[in-house]
Amino acid sequence: MSSPVYRFFEWLDARLEPVRERAPRVPVPEPVRQRWQQGGRLWRRLGPLRYLVAAGLMALIPPLMERGWFPILNGTYGQTVLFNTGYWILLTLGLGVVVGLAGLLDLGYVAFFLLGSYTTALMTHSGAPGQFHFVEWPTWAALPFALIVAMVAGVAIGLPTLRLRGDYLAIVTLGFHEIMLEVMNNLGITNGPRGIPAIPTPSISIGSFHYDFGLNPAPYWWFLLIPAIILAVIMVQRLDGSRVGRYWTAIREDEVAASAMGVPIVKMKVLAFVIGASTSGIAGWIYATNVTFIDPTSFPLLLSVLVLCSVVIGGLGSIGGAVLGAILVQAVPEAVRQLSGGNTLFGFDPLTGRIAIFGAVLIIVMIYRPGGLLAARRRRTEMVTPGPESGVVVDDASATEQEVAPADDVHSAGGRST
Amino acid sequence: MSEPLLVLDDVHVHYGVIEAVRGIDLTVGRGEIVTLIGGNGAGKTTTLRAISRIHGPSAGSIRFEGSELTRLRSDQVVDLGIIQVPEGRHIFPSMTVAENLEMGAFSRRRVARRRLAEDLEEVYGLFPVLAERRKQLGGTLSGGEQQMLAMGRALMAKPRLLMLDEPSMGLAPQIVQRVFEVITRINQAGTPILLIEQNAQMALNAAHRGYVIESGAIVLEDEARALLDDDQVRKAYLGEE
Repeated sequence: MSSPVYRFFEWLDARLEPVRERAPRVPVPEPVRQRWQQGGRLWRRLGPLRYLVAAGLMALIPPLMERGWFPILNGTYGQTVLFNTGYWILLTLGLGVVVGLAGLLDLGYVAFFLLGSYTTALMTHSGAPGQFHFVEWPTWAALPFALIVAMVAGVAIGLPTLRLRGDYLAIVTLGFHEIMLEVMNNLGITNGPRGIPAIPTPSISIGSFHYDFGLNPAPYWWFLLIPAIILAVIMVQRLDGSRVGRYWTAIREDEVAASAMGVPIVKMKVLAFVIGASTSGIAGWIYATNVTFIDPTSFPLLLSVLVLCSVVIGGLGSIGGAVLGAILVQAVPEAVRQLSGGNTLFGFDPLTGRIAIFGAVLIIVMIYRPGGLLAARRRRTEMVTPGPESGVVVDDASATEQEVAPADDVHSAGGRST
Repeated sequence: MSEPLLVLDDVHVHYGVIEAVRGIDLTVGRGEIVTLIGGNGAGKTTTLRAISRIHGPSAGSIRFEGSELTRLRSDQVVDLGIIQVPEGRHIFPSMTVAENLEMGAFSRRRVARRRLAEDLEEVYGLFPVLAERRKQLGGTLSGGEQQMLAMGRALMAKPRLLMLDEPSMGLAPQIVQRVFEVITRINQAGTPILLIEQNAQMALNAAHRGYVIESGAIVLEDEARALLDDDQVRKAYLGEE
């Protein structure tokens, strides 16, 4: 506890305290907010049609990029960035369910993405001569397997760890990601660090009609990412408004109370965790079929941290936030790199140096908009209303009775961290 | 005579190697308020957590209307109608009062919406202050209001046994008085209550029977009135010389 590092951070925290106190919670200007709300109402009036409209608008992006309508990101390069942003939105939405809705800290989220990708690769690739190969199934046939493998892994990791309180999940998931990397690096069938080449791209054949997705990212965006993103958005919206969503809120806010109400805590947590894992697995399938070559370096630990980054910066539990977060993490650094003409920016390569920049951005966002840039309404209130243990609402300053050492009580008291 | 509603038979609870509860026998009959009083660390909350199956027990038997609770999970215990109001209230701070109350009905998944609305009105009738603040966020209520909300939320589950853990904790004496009035009224409407308290005076005044727990064992058990007159209790818990 009294290590110099710990003391340093304590000292730093104390120095930052007045800054945090004085920081105004930057509100959105009133006219902008009203416009925004009006727009939102109009948008919702479209009903289910709005998903179709959104899909249509999204589908227009690649052709417009061809014509150079976008600043900086255009042509095939722009479409590649679009593809990256697309699967990243999917990942952010999935992790948003785990972190934003259920309040679980998952630091190894990309492990499921890796599993989805590797499952796809192993089931479809034809392999180099002499190299192990498994079955040579069509790309589409691997989709359910990518989903199932990610799901099963989610249950296997979630069930034992989610029984424990506190931050065990964070540590276990972090370890799980690292273990998966090691396994893929050392396993014979995954071809170790050399990776799996020649993953076939998806194609559609109906009668004499034949369409191959090829290597260009646009068809992946049109036919895979747009439907997947729209479905994920619908899923998140439905979950958020459902009873299950309410139970997640209850667990997130006060686990003791939730269990006193009879909410099956472990079951609900595992459910959230598995929903996130399967989304990640599907994103992995899409990724593998587009890049056609994967190796362990495609899934560094940092990727898990970056997904978490886009969830938190964008706004916990909000869909707009997930999209914004994904754009900030994937598209903006690319654009900055392009602007700088491939040169470094103040000694930073924007894409690899984005980690350092995000660190700073994250701190600033957390100070001025603690719920993220586009926080969900409930999350916003959670950040400003005092919890039951903060002491603000208790009439007398009576000390909490401590029975004989139920240590987990102590955890639950401060358990609403972000 | 049939068995009481809740029977604890030689219940032991351990935290690791520490035995916090050492063989407790306790019963709650139908329609009763039974109180378990004792000081800090005596094992009151531990006993309650054993009944609701949040932690333990490591040995012994707990029966509720003939079902053995030690074989059930905590959510199954709630499904049986044993509802706990945890110590320190634990309301959901960013849910409104109404949403908090709706959460209370969790264990009644298949109940019609209309029925829930009626129950909600019933709770508002019992706690008018909650009706005034139904749209307000739980975290912005005062301590007393939060206690009312926690109790109202438990009532939404239509408890067949209500367990209250330190309802007076951290509240001004006047508010404590009000809380205990409500406890008596809930009981008069037919709900049996197991009440855990440090405030022995208030608890024994409200209860029919009482148990005194010390270092994890029951040291006294009697009619509440008799305990109020007991010399040992007066000395140890009512602050009299």
